[in-house]
Amino acid sequence: MKRFVLLLVLVSGAALAVDPTTMPTPELQQRYEALTHELRCMQCMNNSIADSPVGLAQDLRRDVKELLIAGRTDDEIRTYMVQRYGNVILFTPPLQGSSIWVWVLPLLAAVAGLLIGIRIVRRRARLVEQDESVVDGDDGAR
Amino acid sequence: MLPELGQFALVLALLLSAAQAVFGLWGAHRVDARLMAVVRPAVAGQFVLVSTAVGVLIHAFVNFDFSVLYVASNSNSALPTFYRVAALWGAHEGSLLLWIWILAVWTLAVATFSRHLPASFAMRVMAVLGIVSFGFLLFTLYTSNPFERLPLEQIPADGRDLNPVLQDPALAIHPPLLYTGYVGFAVAFAFAIAAMLEGKLDQVWARWTRPWTTLAWCFLSVGIALGSWWAYYELGWGGYWFWDPVENASFMPWLVGTALIHSLAVTEKRGLFKSWTLLLAILAFSLSLLGTFLVRSGVLVSVHSFAADPSRGMFILAFLVIMIGGALTLYGWRAPLLKSPAGFDAVSREAFLLYNNIALVLAALVVFIGTLAPLVNDALGLQSISVGPGWFTRTFPFIALALVVLVSIGIHAAWKRGKLSDNRRRVAIGVVLALVLGLALSLGAYGPGKWLSLIGVVLGVWVIVSSLFDPIDRLRRKLSLPRAIIGMTIAHIGLGVCVIAISTVESYTVERDVALGAGETVSLGRYAYRFDSLQPVEGPNYDGVRAQVTVLRDGKPMAVLHPEKRNYWVQRSVMTEAGIHSRWNMDLFAALGEDLGEGRWSVRAQLRPLIDYVWLAAGLMALGGGIAASDRRYRSRQSAEAAAAASTSTAGAA
Amino acid sequence: MNRFIIPVLVFLALAAVLFVGVRHSPNKSTMVSALLGKPAPAFELPVLGDATRTLDSRQLAGKPWVMNVWGTWCVECRIEHDTLLAIARQNRVPLVGLNWKDDDEAAQQWLAQLGNPYGVVAADREGRTAIDFGVYGAPETFFIDADGLVQYRHVGAMTPEVWEREFLSRLPQAALP
Repeated sequence: MKRFVLLLVLVSGAALAVDPTTMPTPELQQRYEALTHELRCMQCMNNSIADSPVGLAQDLRRDVKELLIAGRTDDEIRTYMVQRYGNVILFTPPLQGSSIWVWVLPLLAAVAGLLIGIRIVRRRARLVEQDESVVDGDDGAR
Repeated sequence: MLPELGQFALVLALLLSAAQAVFGLWGAHRVDARLMAVVRPAVAGQFVLVSTAVGVLIHAFVNFDFSVLYVASNSNSALPTFYRVAALWGAHEGSLLLWIWILAVWTLAVATFSRHLPASFAMRVMAVLGIVSFGFLLFTLYTSNPFERLPLEQIPADGRDLNPVLQDPALAIHPPLLYTGYVGFAVAFAFAIAAMLEGKLDQVWARWTRPWTTLAWCFLSVGIALGSWWAYYELGWGGYWFWDPVENASFMPWLVGTALIHSLAVTEKRGLFKSWTLLLAILAFSLSLLGTFLVRSGVLVSVHSFAADPSRGMFILAFLVIMIGGALTLYGWRAPLLKSPAGFDAVSREAFLLYNNIALVLAALVVFIGTLAPLVNDALGLQSISVGPGWFTRTFPFIALALVVLVSIGIHAAWKRGKLSDNRRRVAIGVVLALVLGLALSLGAYGPGKWLSLIGVVLGVWVIVSSLFDPIDRLRRKLSLPRAIIGMTIAHIGLGVCVIAISTVESYTVERDVALGAGETVSLGRYAYRFDSLQPVEGPNYDGVRAQVTVLRDGKPMAVLHPEKRNYWVQRSVMTEAGIHSRWNMDLFAALGEDLGEGRWSVRAQLRPLIDYVWLAAGLMALGGGIAASDRRYRSRQSAEAAAAASTSTAGAA
Repeated sequence: MNRFIIPVLVFLALAAVLFVGVRHSPNKSTMVSALLGKPAPAFELPVLGDATRTLDSRQLAGKPWVMNVWGTWCVECRIEHDTLLAIARQNRVPLVGLNWKDDDEAAQQWLAQLGNPYGVVAADREGRTAIDFGVYGAPETFFIDADGLVQYRHVGAMTPEVWEREFLSRLPQAALP
């Protein structure tokens, strides 16, 4: 197991992949670039298939290109990839199932933070009348 | 023989760190001067011993001692001297040694500059630092010994060379500066634990803690910025932040550290937010430790992580549980005592600093969730997921921009009784200037862009404008301008510059990946990149090709770039060296991709507007922090000693 | 409840997650195949060494079979090769090779030199079938049951322990001698 991982390390390296693929229309080009940056290179350490030089990334880019030219939508292409590799190939976790919590938790935390802030400030604002402490002003601002 | 000496030095340092911890805590508990007298010498001794170990390892590298496994794995006879020294921290074992050495330096600084503190308090601070040092030394000696020797028959004729990615001048400064920041939060952590052990935490404590914390934060700011800059020009992709787990591991302590230095301001000024400040001090260093764990245990996959080893992971995890779990348990026990009767208005300075803290902690939480989510899913047996830049860029900017708004308004607020009516004028002027200048800077200078970036530029200008009101007002009224104010102003301006730069570069970068042959051109708006020629090139431990790319603006040549593709012999890995030309308002960037045959190469051409200001801004923030930390009131012996006397006489004050 | 003990409780929960993470490391997330319990992708590929024949996956239906993804460029494949030869001699289940992104001649030479454990080898020159199977590195070995569903994927070199634990155990009892 360790050696297999070692192979991955040796293969991925830090080499740049420049993908000069051109698509027939600018709209397809934009979608191609967006999708290849969204899909994870499964053989590398945390790169997208756009940025990876390894053979698997090249093959996956080719597949994306062919699917786009064949007229598939972005969602269909993503589904194609997820069917083969699982959700882990998507760099942006899908908004359903086992990953929706990743999107929801920050929102809940923000609401919680807001409520905590309001609660603390309310309490302190009530206290300010009885508070006779003087703030020393040698530096005013802080 | 010498490497064994290095190892022996570490063993002795381990013993001294234990003495530092035990005698520090025991001496403070018994208020026994003879017990306490052991501690400072122990600190000094540890510094000498760890420095010796570092010196021995450097010697082994410089003299090609391949009998040492670490040297054999990270060096080579063709490696230039500069990199042989820097290779010390090029991999796991050596970088740990660097960590320990930097901790020894911070501890020595604390020991030296703490003589005006109450004795038992200072002892407890050094004792906690001793515990941290003990843990790291034990970990190093048990699982990651840099002095491990190869048996005679396995000593190689030549080493495996330093990872080519690291063969760059930035390697010399990025890890040391970054670690200085990381490790520096241990001091605030130690101050927090000492306060909890004493059972009291007051405004004087905050005054003591502030300069140490701010200094660590400055180093971390610079360390992160250097890492980002290095990734930009060394990795060849032209990106400067990838939301990679290792990058996030350094960003989280920075965000919490920023909250901490602001929270300390409130605690010092008004004796409020004590339990907040305590928690943040624990959290900042905990995130540093967590970062260390994530990078070295193999639980997360990253381009930057060290080679993974689960047994190391278990050890660090155990250390984490003891240190952080212990600190948080102590917090649960002591924090309820720290109540204060002070009050403040909903729009006072205290209130805004509270909102600021909540926003920063929220920001850190967002990064935390994104970084650890894959781990959580695996642990809970849920379907595996990845969380990449696409998620972070849809979540983080919102909280960051909310924070910038809070800074722009809150900076005018007065302590205790902030009345919004007083500041309405300033806020109004700020908003107007922000809109005018901001839109001019974005729409006017570059044209239509992403709406989020336009908002970012406007808000960035607003922060800068808002920060200038108070200093200008003071100068006009011929009031004093203490360093604390100067520092704060510069740091907040740095924040504004950073937001403007990032917003601009994210919206207005022009990038083309194309295949070019000799003489061919790719155009990016008014600019064009012409692929002139390719020459072979050779270095001390690599060979490759060097391209000449001429940049034309409106048809006229204005710069020449030299991207390279290098093949490092020993590790047989290929590196891309970008060709970058920095102008005052943008970078011209070119990098070579692959040889497509027949003299054609794939080339990445980029225009990066304002990108250098991202790192300059970080420098401004660090500069501001440094100036603020050097303010007279932290350095004055009289005020410090008077404060110490006052604090010891008010026992158990809220 | 003392609200100040919330932080330590949250931390302990996190520590539990990290503990499981370290136990499972490295890279557990990418090891589990997305195809488990689903039909193995259909393919029709040229047979290595015989320009006239193609291997159609439908020919393998009705009985369990094992597919091993390999290439001459793959170091770990060399390491597992002897184990594969031993497995082939047991002759319990058909072993199909998928030669991934390789050179025909080099592949044939490799098998000639080291021995051929495979009943038949399909040549996946373009890597499309490998992608259909969700392969991301070599070697990988798949167990497909009699109904044509993927039941297990092993990532990395095959070992006798893994073979016995994950592959032999999945063979129906009738296959036992």
